[in-house]
Amino acid sequence: MGLDITWAVDWVRRSAETVAEHRTRLIALDREIGDGDHGENLDRGFQAVLPKLDDLAAGSTPGDVLKLVATTLISTVGGAAGPLYGTAYLKGAMAAGSATSLDGPAIAAVLTAARDGIVARGKAESGDKTMVDAWTPAVEAADAEAASGADARTVLEAAASAAEAGAEATEPLVARKGRASYLGERSAGHRDPGAESSALLLRAAADAAVAAAGD
Amino acid sequence: MGLVFVSHSAKIAEGLVELAAQMAPETALIAAGGTDDGRIGTSFDRVSAAIAEADAGHGVVVLCDLGSAILTAETALDFLDDEVRERVRIVDAPIVEGGVAAAVAAQAGDGLEAVVAAARSAAGGDVDAGEASAAGPGSTSADGANGPQRTVRLVNPSGLHARPAAELVKLASTFAEPVTVNGTDAKSLLAIMAMGLTKGAEVVIASADPAGGAAVDALAELVESGFGEV
Repeated sequence: MGLDITWAVDWVRRSAETVAEHRTRLIALDREIGDGDHGENLDRGFQAVLPKLDDLAAGSTPGDVLKLVATTLISTVGGAAGPLYGTAYLKGAMAAGSATSLDGPAIAAVLTAARDGIVARGKAESGDKTMVDAWTPAVEAADAEAASGADARTVLEAAASAAEAGAEATEPLVARKGRASYLGERSAGHRDPGAESSALLLRAAADAAVAAAGD
Repeated sequence: MGLVFVSHSAKIAEGLVELAAQMAPETALIAAGGTDDGRIGTSFDRVSAAIAEADAGHGVVVLCDLGSAILTAETALDFLDDEVRERVRIVDAPIVEGGVAAAVAAQAGDGLEAVVAAARSAAGGDVDAGEASAAGPGSTSADGANGPQRTVRLVNPSGLHARPAAELVKLASTFAEPVTVNGTDAKSLLAIMAMGLTKGAEVVIASADPAGGAAVDALAELVESGFGEV
């Protein structure tokens, strides 16, 4: 079963909810190795998306929702997360195209495009202790599931679990990109807040898919 | 030619406009600092608006401070029309030094690529450092032994600061030969300004190249003329 506009809107609502819920934790993580604004910035960004969901035109697609998130985050998130997530959602929207329903391979393609957008914008590689460390394992897991014929919900579940493991695995790493890189060795021992928020957003996508399947 | 200063801090961006405007009063210098609601951060909308304001069709050079300022500026570029994007450059350079150097070049009427090069010349200082060690602190006498040298006195009220420094560097840059002011590369605006020479200071203008006589004479005459201030 494919995922449609209802899933996409639900994903955004769940994203706003989980970011708001983990706002303090993200701020704490970012305060340890960054400038401490990640939770606040991301919360503001997603809260700004919510009222705009009601203005979506009839017949909007998942791609339209992703594009709405992209432009809103770019305009409202003051830190690096704005352009990075904004680019991710924008590239994801382009991969989704005008499809009204996204199946397993389509979801995997959206995630791949999003990850590629983050890499292109931030120029970070795996192991640099950034959100890429959550996204790359997520994309690899999603691709593997999609290739074996899994449906969209299973693809997202695999992506979310891999992103969570990837975020956890950033803890011992020494940051080589972003504000945390100024700390050098001292950044080791702390989880990267961008990887953590990426995992939260992908978990929200998987939860929304489970809810959609239960309808 | 227009310049855009993207900083996490509105005060830094505005202060830089103020500083650079001393040397580039007729150049479009636009501040894009802070977030839309005045917090520390960078704003896609502010940067986009600043680029539009700075763009008079001849090019825009964008200087950024920390990481996300560059990301925001790059994202703003992605959203420009292709025709506009072609004449906008983001320069990875120290925002203050690069910004001032770019402003002076823009004010002097340089084209887009020359302004970009001026901004980059302030990055890291490796180019300047190489030239400085070649000319060398305290190497004035050595220069004098090999090439032409003249000693003049600064007569203008503001000394070798801001506009006069820019004029001197601009003139020095028109000569192929190396030329120094008190042993410092006369083609490096930042190095000249860093000396902080004030009215009444004795200035030794020299070239290590025996063919540098015209350059030394031109700079000495500019200094003696008082840069139009007297």
